[in-house]
Order: sequence, then structure tokens, then C-alpha cells
Amino acid sequence: MPPFAVEFVYVVSGFLFVLGLKRLSSPVTAPQGNAMAAGAMLLAVVATLLDQQIISYGTLAAGLVVGTVIGALLARLVKMTAMPQLVAVFNGFGGGASALVAAAELLREGGANPGAAEAGAAAIGILVGTVTFSGSAVAFGKLQDLLTQRPVTFPLQKLVSGLVFLALLAGAVMMILGEVGPEMLLAMGGLAFLLGILLVIPIGGADMPVVVSLLNSYSGLAASAAGFVLGNPLLILAGALVGAAGLILTQLMCRAMNRSLANVAFGAFGGGGTVAAGDEGERIVRRTGAEEVAMLLGYASRVIIVPGYGLAVAQAQHEVKKLTDLLRKRGVEVVFAIHPVAGRMPGHMNVLLAEADVSYELLLDLDDANGAMERTDVAVVVGANDVVNPEARKPDSAIAGMPIVDVDRAGNVVVIKRSLSPGFAGIDNPLFYLDHTLMFFSDAREAISDLAREVKEL
Amino acid sequence: MGAWILGLYVFVLSMMVGFELIRKVPPTLHTPLMSGANAISGITLVGALLVVGEGGGRWTVILGTAAVVFATINVVGGFLVTHRMLSMFRKQD
Repeated sequence: MPPFAVEFVYVVSGFLFVLGLKRLSSPVTAPQGNAMAAGAMLLAVVATLLDQQIISYGTLAAGLVVGTVIGALLARLVKMTAMPQLVAVFNGFGGGASALVAAAELLREGGANPGAAEAGAAAIGILVGTVTFSGSAVAFGKLQDLLTQRPVTFPLQKLVSGLVFLALLAGAVMMILGEVGPEMLLAMGGLAFLLGILLVIPIGGADMPVVVSLLNSYSGLAASAAGFVLGNPLLILAGALVGAAGLILTQLMCRAMNRSLANVAFGAFGGGGTVAAGDEGERIVRRTGAEEVAMLLGYASRVIIVPGYGLAVAQAQHEVKKLTDLLRKRGVEVVFAIHPVAGRMPGHMNVLLAEADVSYELLLDLDDANGAMERTDVAVVVGANDVVNPEARKPDSAIAGMPIVDVDRAGNVVVIKRSLSPGFAGIDNPLFYLDHTLMFFSDAREAISDLAREVKEL
Repeated sequence: MGAWILGLYVFVLSMMVGFELIRKVPPTLHTPLMSGANAISGITLVGALLVVGEGGGRWTVILGTAAVVFATINVVGGFLVTHRMLSMFRKQD
């Protein structure tokens, strides 16, 4: 295939990436969008393989086969609850690949010495790509419970991270000045690897949606940087699209917690705090059981279910679907209120409910759900805590200003939870002690299937 | 005008296109969007193929081949898992 033909296919491929991403923005067209983007990728890869410059196919074929087998197995076997981990893994591989491409190109023997622009782009590619790689590995460890969910901090942590970053900047300058030997690139990669770890370990489990979004953005930016090194506009284009997508999701997640990115990155928030005991003296909790809640739900006209990560952990989404169907059959209107950070990555809860066959039209976002709350007879909170904590309305609270689902404004509130223990944010939840709140202490899955049974007998 | 300036144009404009496209995505699709976008970032596979394909030294081939494997995992896994997720989304019957 002559060079101009390859370039032309790249243009078509870039066009299809943009179109595919556009189609991904509506549930109806999204499957097409994904197929289009995949087709664009296939086109680009095939055109590249037919490129006249390519002289050795053996290692390429081996690499492609190995990668395809691993990728397909991971995609097929992963559970939907583990989706955040998998996306973290894929982010990491993408970022790592971009760093390796940038380094491999600089180390090409017999090639012309790289110019300043190429070396600078390679420095950025190695830095961002490797940070994505090691940062994603740590995020994977936290999401998979291999590492502690709590923020890991040590004295002078910010100073150490700052020094590592300065060393990387110095290295980038040396690379631009022409120092691009293997030792230099290895040092850059090693330092960036360290920086990725340092940046993610102080971040708590509840903030993982932000981390995953940000790493997603980085993996795109690293691909763009690799594109600058190779002088390949398709890499620059596709990488920038992904970089922008990740940044927007990062921003949305931060807004959903009313915290700045800097606060998420350096705040070491969540898990470590002590429970701030209220001074309200003896507080009374109203306990309840399946029978009472089933009566409440069965004779309600409007019910809102607020699912949290606890629901996913208990694998209760199928039971929830069963209960929803039973209630709807009785004429009860049931909808779901989805807080943006309800799962471990943006939109995670929606996927889990979709897996259980709950129609996406029943899933309300925060504003719609709160708008409907006054007209709601019963709000059922399943395995969620911080996202329904009225403390967020108090200006001096640790979660002040975080948008919450206003379940306390519903006629009745039922909280299904194992115990009174605080959520990730580590603060007490006054919702549990309200007069119209009933606490149903149980495992989410057991509670919901008991409820379904009781509703059937009404 | 240098090639890298043209690259910068592509970069800046693509970022703007990305911002405009993604801003309107409903929360329901955030996870598939992210995994789909993630698969697109595997475009670095094209770079890896070019680097290895042109040969040129042991280091280039070793690092480049590792990059081919990594990027292929990203691309194949990313698109497949996005497809799997999207096929679960359906309207009320």
C-alpha cells in the first residue's frame, strides 16, 4: 500500500472515531458507536500492516495474537462489579504501551538524532504513560481489595512526590538538550513509575471514580504524546479525544462530591477519620423487619430506591429487579435514584442495574430524583450512606456541599444496612435517627429477597 | 510551519471536539463511554506496529513488541467489554 493511501485511511479512521464517540452519547445509538470506533481501529491497524515501510511481520503477528487472547479473555470473564478494576487495567496497558512506543522510537539505532520537539514529546509520553501504568496498577490493587482502601500516607509525602516530579522535569529538559540514551530513558521511566504510585496511594477508596477518570484521560494524553514523537496525526487526534473525555468525567465526579481535584489528589480523604459523635445525647433508632417494610412498599403509590455500592458488593441487583417487578405489578411506581458516585467509577451503578435487566428509563439522576422526592411515599436506601447523608447540608461538615439524594424529604425512609457504621467519609449519618426513618439491619441481598417474598404474600 | 505545529493544531481541535461530544453524555452511559474511550486510546497500537515493523535495533524491537502486546490488550479487551455492557442496556418492555 503506497504511503498516501495509508495516510488517507488514517483520515477515514479519525473521522470514524469522532463519529463513533458521538454515537456513544445515547443509549440507542451507543452499540453502533462502539462498533464504529472498533471498525476505525481495525482499519487503521490493517492499513498500518500493509504499509510498505514495514519489513518484519513475525514479532508483530506474535504480539497481536498474544494481546488479542489476553484482552478477549479479560473482557469475557470479568464480572460487572469488577468493571472499574478492568478499566483501570486497560488504562494501565494503554498508558504503558504509549510510554514504550515513545522510548522505542528514540532508541531506534541508525536513525537520525531526534530533534528537540520529538525528544520533548517523548519525555511527556514516557512520563504520562508510565504514571498511568503504575497509577492504574495501584488503583487496581485498591479496587480489587489487594491493597487497603484507606489513604496511605507517610511523613513528607507531598515533598517526596514534588521532588520526584522536579527530577522528572529536569530529565525532560536533559532529553530535549539531546541526552536520549537508554540509561536516561530508564531513569525517566523508573521515576515516573514511582510518581504514579506516590500519586495514587494517598487516595481513599471512595474517591476511586475520580482516579479512574483521571487515569483514563492520562492514557489518552500519553497516546497523543506518542503521536507527536512519531509525527502521526491519527494518534494525536484519537489520544486527544480520550484525554478530553477523561477530563470531563473527572470534573463531573469532583463536582458530584463538591471537592476540587487538588483536594481529591492531596486531601487523603476518607476512611481514616474518626466518627464525629453528635452531642445530641441519646439517639433513638427505629428498627424494622421485612414484613413491616413490605406493607409500607406494597401499599405505597410511589417508591424511590437509592442503590449504593453495598448493593453491588452483596450482588443484590437481581433481587432488586425481582422486587421492582412485583411492586410494579401491584401498581406501585418504582424508580431508582442514582448518585453520580454511587459505584466505583462513573456510571457503574447504571451498568449493574442494566445487567439485572432494569430499564435505563427507570434510573433517575440526582436532580430528577430530588425533584420527585416530595411526592414519594417511601425512599429505600440500599447499601448507600454518604450520598444520602444530610450532614452535607451543614457548612462545617467534612462532606459539606456534596450534592446528596434528599431521601429525608420522602414520606418514609427505609435504610437497609448491616450496621450503623459510617461510610467511606467516616462521619456519622443523622438520617438514621430521624423520626420517619426505619432501619432494616441486614445484608442487602437477604433483605431484598425477604422483602420480595413478603410483598408476594400481601 | 513545522510538522509539530500541525500536530498541535490537531491536538487542540480534537480536545475541543472531545469536550463538546462528551459533555452531553447521560450518566447512564458514563461507564461504557469510559471503557469505549479507553479502547480508542489503544490507538497507540498503530504507533507500536510502525516502530516494530520498521525494525532498527534490539531495544526498539523489544520495547516495541511489548507495546504491541499491551496496546492490543487495551484495544481488543476495551471494545469487547464495552460491547458486552452496551448489549445489557435496554428500554422498558
